[in-house]
Amino acid sequence: MSGVLYQVFVYLCAAVVAVPVAKRLGLGSVLGYLIAGIAIGPVFGIVGAETEQLQHFAEFGVVLMLFLVGLELKPQLLWQMRARLLGLGGLQVLATAAAIAALGWVLLPHWQSAVATGLLLALSSTAIVLQTLSEKGLMATDGGRAGFSVLLFQDIAVIPMLALIPVLAVPEIADLVQHAAGHAAPAEPVAQAGHGEGMSLVAGLSGWSYAGVVLGAVAAVVLGGHFLTRPLFRLIASSHLRETFTAAALLLVVGIALLMTLVDLSPALGTFLAGVVLADSEFRHELESDIEPFKGLLLGLFFITVGAGIDFGVLFGQLFTVLALTLGVMAVKGGILFGLGRLFRLRAADQWLFTLSLAQAGEFGFVLLAFSTQNAVIAPELGKLLSLVIALSMLLTPVLFIGYDRLVLPRLRSAPDQPPDTIDEQGTVIIAGVGRFGQVVNRLLMAAGVRTVVLDHEATTVERMRRIGIRSFFGDASRPDLLRAAGIEQAAAFVVAIDDRDRAVQLVEYVKREHPGLHVIARAFDVDHLYLLRTAGADMAVREVFDASLEAGAATLRALGQHPFEVEKIRRAFRRHDLDTLEELYELWDRDLDFAKNRALLERVRARTAAELEITAADRTRLHDRSERGWTPPPKGYTTELDV
Amino acid sequence: MSKHPPTPVAARKAVSAPARRILVLFAHPSLPRSEANAPMLAAARGLDGVTCVDLYAEYPAFEIDIDREQARLLAHDVVCFQHPLYWYSTPAILKEWQDLVLEHGFAYGAGGTALRGKLFFCACSAGGPEAAYCAAGYNHFSIRELLQPLEQTAYLCGMSYLPPFALFGARTAVQEGRIDAHVADWVRLLTALRDGRLDIAAAADLPRLNQDLDRLIASPATGEPGA
Repeated sequence: MSGVLYQVFVYLCAAVVAVPVAKRLGLGSVLGYLIAGIAIGPVFGIVGAETEQLQHFAEFGVVLMLFLVGLELKPQLLWQMRARLLGLGGLQVLATAAAIAALGWVLLPHWQSAVATGLLLALSSTAIVLQTLSEKGLMATDGGRAGFSVLLFQDIAVIPMLALIPVLAVPEIADLVQHAAGHAAPAEPVAQAGHGEGMSLVAGLSGWSYAGVVLGAVAAVVLGGHFLTRPLFRLIASSHLRETFTAAALLLVVGIALLMTLVDLSPALGTFLAGVVLADSEFRHELESDIEPFKGLLLGLFFITVGAGIDFGVLFGQLFTVLALTLGVMAVKGGILFGLGRLFRLRAADQWLFTLSLAQAGEFGFVLLAFSTQNAVIAPELGKLLSLVIALSMLLTPVLFIGYDRLVLPRLRSAPDQPPDTIDEQGTVIIAGVGRFGQVVNRLLMAAGVRTVVLDHEATTVERMRRIGIRSFFGDASRPDLLRAAGIEQAAAFVVAIDDRDRAVQLVEYVKREHPGLHVIARAFDVDHLYLLRTAGADMAVREVFDASLEAGAATLRALGQHPFEVEKIRRAFRRHDLDTLEELYELWDRDLDFAKNRALLERVRARTAAELEITAADRTRLHDRSERGWTPPPKGYTTELDV
Repeated sequence: MSKHPPTPVAARKAVSAPARRILVLFAHPSLPRSEANAPMLAAARGLDGVTCVDLYAEYPAFEIDIDREQARLLAHDVVCFQHPLYWYSTPAILKEWQDLVLEHGFAYGAGGTALRGKLFFCACSAGGPEAAYCAAGYNHFSIRELLQPLEQTAYLCGMSYLPPFALFGARTAVQEGRIDAHVADWVRLLTALRDGRLDIAAAADLPRLNQDLDRLIASPATGEPGA
């Protein structure tokens, strides 16, 4: 137990120290984790051999990440990407693998090793790239999308690669490995979080039945995700137990990952698919905010293990070779990416982003490398070297991103060929609480063509909203992570319409503290609540029944036979007077003093009420008064003054 | 660091009359659809000494704040209604503005001297071609004749009246590439008015203000006509 605690302590410590420092220095969290890993691994030697075991475990972070990416991606969007996915992704993998294999042919003794090297170095790091892109808010750019298409294709391409590698076995290397192992037991297949497992449902199946099982598994994920998860989540949501929901979310992802490994498919791909299926669901934001911390921790752990796994002995032994190989691989990959970017007509900034972000080798490269050495395709010495190349290229990626930010972007920003940013893309409005109040707000905004995201903690309300086609999500709107998942970072305005007085005030306080620039409009139950909301920082607080009551009063006056425009004038004057009163009383209001005990305030209320009566009284007797002023005719006989 | 080229010192000294503060009361009930008035408003907003008030934005429910509007009038020397021509007059909110703000005892009548000596004019865009705005055309009257109620309003308030700064054929001005020149004239007019370089006496009798702008405006550097 204490051993585990010690390890957890060391890793968390490294992350907690290194990441904030790296972010402060503008290096990004990924580089922070990598440096932390280097510190606790090769530099101080605090952690050792267990990092490799840990890395396989941490790779589950990639699976979680792809689930989250899938949640962001609706099926239609995925379909729109198909040309890029196959074209851009396919060409990148083929061209890069071919180019590196050709180089390897020259440098390596066996062509099989060259082919395997080409394949495993063609892959890029989904973990680093997606993490950095979303951290920098570049996922939605054209370059970011192109990069994502390629990563997704690579993830699919790993499956046939795993099938191909055993065929490439080199007898000489096999002998070598046998000798080195001293005729020990045959190498055990490594546990791979990524691909292939000891346990398999499809081991002895023929091609056709294997295809059937695979299709069945995919169908199970899609259909199950679509039809089964919703009632299940609804049931769990109605229990109002948060941790049960979190557990269910994790269970879903783990279950799918398990199913996929059982049929020899990529678990990352399976959870990605499940994410896409659930992208339309009302539980999307809740799932996102539940899975997010696990993904963050595991991915961070993964980056640390990459850093810790760098073998400084080999590195300094062959420093020049390793560096030359790393830079060479990155140059080849970058060159091919740059050419593809041009071929697919990316704009200059996107082309650079695409090139620089994907030029590294990735975590699946480690998996394939381990698999290749076991299958005697790549000699152990070469394996160690390549493992360093992969790790170093991953280490250099954040540096390339910094280069993109500091060197590429400033130059392109003033480029004349870039069309100016259009401003018709209006920000989203988040509406917290979609009861009677929030609903009307939402309908009006939607009628005006504004994109809204609606949050409510009642699963049945959300269900009803969705049935009439309103984008609604289940979740407690006062949870920061849910707000983040709903897109508060990009939101243009925030409407607080939840029916819990105190929670509404807390929510306003939180939102204005974290996002001071965000315009917050809040529903107030009464004057006291209105002042509380205003003190909490709401830009605007609206009393929920005031205007409706005023309208009812005006309708009554009209029913009494008063002229409708006279009624309208009194209504406007009364309203203005009331709003002025509200302003005036705010200065006397004290949040800790009860209304009934605040004497100064009560005094003022009495005075204002008297003035209110005066308005209407004056209206009845004199013509020169507040409500009439604008339409007061000039005094009788005024024309004599005008004759000149 | 300024984006604007520095004004030559000579130009500043050439301004003999005191600078006038200009109030542009802008009324367009559908700003996103505006092709002529919106660019004019945008250009005017960037000028020193010019205050632009988008009336429909400020009073969407026509609840005009009389005190605020009267204070604005007091703070400026030139009052301009900028609007598209609706039924040979202003859009409704400008009529409402007149009904409410130009009170007896403020703008006219006993004690109503607040606006005396100020300048008043309209900057309007008309749909019909200039040829339609004459006795022989389908509108039968010139644009200055049609706006006579406003001219008389100015006189009753003791203001000097200038003829309208008018754009004709406004619906086709964009296609025909006339907007940029019109906006440029608008900016020239406002700056000349502000700096006291507009020949008021010569302008007062014209059928429209932008008929021969070069003749009316003294150039900033030399003080001679023709900019």
